Amino acid sequence: MTGPGPGTSVATSRATTASLASGPDALGVAVEPLLSALKVRKSYGGVEVLKGISLAVNPGQVMCLLGPSGSGKSTFLRCINHLERIDGGRISVGGELVGYAQRKDRIFEMNPREVARQRRGIGMVFQRFNLFPHMTALENITAAPIGVRRISKQKAKDRGLELLDRVGLASLAQSYPAQLSGGQQQRVAIARALAMDPQLLLFDEPTSALDPELVGDVLDVMRTLAADGMTMVVVTHEIGFARGAADVVVFMDGGVVVESGPPAEVLDNPQSPRTRAFLDSVM
Amino acid sequence: MTQATLTGPGRAAAGPAPEIDPDDIVAVPLRHPWRWILAVFLLIGFVCLGISLWQNQNIDHPTITEFIFNPRILSGVVLTIMLTVVAMLVSSVLGVLLAVMRLSNNPVMNTLAWLYVWAFRGTPLLIQIVFWGYLGLLYSQISMGIPFTDFTIFSVDTNTLIPALTAGLLALTLNQAAYSAEIVRSGMLSVDEGQYEAAYSVGMSPVFTLFKVVLPQAMRVIIPPMGNETISMLKNTSLLSVIAVLELYTVATQISSQNLRQVELLLVVSCWYLFLTSVLSIPQYYLERYYGRGKARSLPPTPFQRLRAALRRTPINTHRTDSQDAS
Ligand SMILES: Nc1ncnc2c1ncn2[C@@H]1O[C@H](COP(=O)(O)OP(=O)(O)OP(=O)(O)O)[C@@H](O)[C@H]1O
Ligand SMILES: [Mg+2]
Repeated sequence: MTGPGPGTSVATSRATTASLASGPDALGVAVEPLLSALKVRKSYGGVEVLKGISLAVNPGQVMCLLGPSGSGKSTFLRCINHLERIDGGRISVGGELVGYAQRKDRIFEMNPREVARQRRGIGMVFQRFNLFPHMTALENITAAPIGVRRISKQKAKDRGLELLDRVGLASLAQSYPAQLSGGQQQRVAIARALAMDPQLLLFDEPTSALDPELVGDVLDVMRTLAADGMTMVVVTHEIGFARGAADVVVFMDGGVVVESGPPAEVLDNPQSPRTRAFLDSVM
Repeated sequence: MTQATLTGPGRAAAGPAPEIDPDDIVAVPLRHPWRWILAVFLLIGFVCLGISLWQNQNIDHPTITEFIFNPRILSGVVLTIMLTVVAMLVSSVLGVLLAVMRLSNNPVMNTLAWLYVWAFRGTPLLIQIVFWGYLGLLYSQISMGIPFTDFTIFSVDTNTLIPALTAGLLALTLNQAAYSAEIVRSGMLSVDEGQYEAAYSVGMSPVFTLFKVVLPQAMRVIIPPMGNETISMLKNTSLLSVIAVLELYTVATQISSQNLRQVELLLVVSCWYLFLTSVLSIPQYYLERYYGRGKARSLPPTPFQRLRAALRRTPINTHRTDSQDAS
């Protein structure tokens, strides 16, 4: 019933992801992808929501996931850090299977502590921010480094202030989330994710709960991160952001990847009629 | 729109700004004559009741004044407070444990917690107290050893291990834990699912998430009913008189059985219970304030801050208050 799908040994999965990664913009040399998903399947009560998603993201790349509502974008993102367990296929981040451990040729389910350790390397930013309301902005950022990473309080605080400065909120360190605007909350949430020094950042529609005039600030922070070489997977409806910041754009519909490639190809010259129809509806 | 309505006739003449500043409403306040009439009637009623009690020949007032600070009564008060505090503290810890067990996806823990709540909430507290008090009749010896062998690690007489006081504490604590568990569980359920996801996404373990993220938020929902439970507990300690624990009510009945002043001693005891329950609402107020931090955009001033401000006749600064200066 559970566990990654049948018949894929380590060797074949490595080979396949490598070939997937050497997609459109590989420079001849095969780069080991930071995130690779292979035939990922996920069902909710008999309804298959992800029907074999395969994709790879190289270190430093930004991938934008587009697709109509209900196409499984959020579900896929949540599978990457094991907030949802997959029913089939493989997901690995930094060469490590997510949520499972492979010893010899058997797969073992990880215990919650190991999953938690693994998630430290994968940051996530949510549509509804999900800041901890009983902590100040700074405490939101330092809670995990102090409690989970066991970094000294002073060090965590210094780093937290530095991160707040980076997202332009140094003056609001002592504010509680309820005292911040949506855009400010989302930027604190980004700083919180960055505080664990993740190798991969996941964004699930980070700007769709925001007033239009606040979207820009958040996107600016994300662009800076992308320029600094952070590897990111971004679910978004902001086509402008995808065009400017993404290395790869993936269009999903009905639980499958319909089309993927550089933004210029997918956004300006879509091959699939489904992609075209979707782009027409959002632009 | 609102301005046009307020200025009435000016509505038709749209365009120029209205003359009247809409903030300046000078109106005759609404009168509430029935409030006053009701209040006067009640006041008269209470005064009459007070006089009738005071002049009642069957109540011996010197007895009340004699016994209100009687050392035996005071020792009963102290024991009542001790029982309440210990039973509430231990039962809260047990309650959290049971709530977590109930919400875990471990079926054994789950069933165990459900059974516990079912048993302890489903039988009267009075019967539980008598049960623990008379445990010696059921098991005269309590021993620990290896089952199905003669090997025992220790063995003690039940009545030595569980004197009346311990039996009483045990009964109150175990019973309260069942109720507290349900309160804690409802508090935990009130915390948004997104909070767990956010905590997990930064690598927090389930246990860390529980203590740093979920419970502090659940507290806001947990504390008001827990205040209620504490007050119930304070009064329920009087049930321990059935197993002769020397708390406030037991002491009072012992005294009144000697001097036959039942009503006077009941009044003494009632005054003490009223006083103690009033005092209990103070810590509750401050706990609510503490766990409500970050929820309200700015916290209202405490009664003491209000009082100080009123005395100094200075405006209250509601903006600067946060969790630190809840003094
Ligand atoms: N916990 C769940 N239980 C049952 N069904 C679910 C659950 N989560 C998601 N689904 C279903 O899975 C499908 C994909 O959901 P998902 O949230 O991944 O879509 P999405 O692409 O993120 O859409 P949107 O753009 O609206 O956020 C939907 O049909 C949804 O109803
Ligand atoms: Mg979604």
